[in-house]
Amino acid sequence: MADPMRIRASNKDGVTEVRVLMAHAMESGLRKSAAGEVIPGKYITDLEATTGGKTVLKAMFSGAVSQNPFLSFKFKGGNKGDKVSVKWVDNTGDTRTDEAAIS
Amino acid sequence: MNNTRRTVIKTTSALGTLVALGLITQQQAMAAESRPGFEAKSIADALKAVGGTAATSDQVSVISPDIAENGAVVPVGASSNIPNTTEIYLLVEKNPTPLAAGFIIPAGTEATVQTRLKMGQSTNVVAVVKADGKLFSATKETKVTLGGCGG
Repeated sequence: MADPMRIRASNKDGVTEVRVLMAHAMESGLRKSAAGEVIPGKYITDLEATTGGKTVLKAMFSGAVSQNPFLSFKFKGGNKGDKVSVKWVDNTGDTRTDEAAIS
Repeated sequence: MNNTRRTVIKTTSALGTLVALGLITQQQAMAAESRPGFEAKSIADALKAVGGTAATSDQVSVISPDIAENGAVVPVGASSNIPNTTEIYLLVEKNPTPLAAGFIIPAGTEATVQTRLKMGQSTNVVAVVKADGKLFSATKETKVTLGGCGG
């Protein structure tokens, strides 16, 4: 199981800013090891953020997103104390869901 | 006895073929699943998969540094002032597969995203947004300092 994500969500003037830091190797599948063998790719392909049963952002990543990907976005609404839930799936089928309360 | 052995070999190889076939179709299905353009080798091909050609627009902005010291972690973002922006794509022109990330923006979410991308060399970073079914783009060049002493 992958390490937890760090999620910060803060509401200011009716707009909630969400910042997510995922713990993931994001191996592109193009790199070669010292022995010249291609390191198999392992990267997050899909990500979905929801709050109160409503999707606020969907993202599709490729191997070109940096290791331990960072993502920030803003959406209108969101009350203090509401939960924002983020779920990712990588190309090997691993998945992880974490949530944080809006502050 | 020899007969039994033959049968076993036949059965296992047949099963193996089935599994292999199953795996291939599964992979094809995964690749086809709502991820157009990610396999494309050029920006033009990627845009074709996403839905046509993009018109340059000053309402779209790319947030990317002029000079990035470390190509493995380059902060890149994009924002759009065009109403009804539904999708944002980030492309790195000189990467093996330029399309790096795509975002689907539901109503109520601001058309501003920020993330971090890898780039192998100095390149143009292109943000493409889809609004009302049309594509708009903006481009910014980022120089990647190799050797990493940042001087």
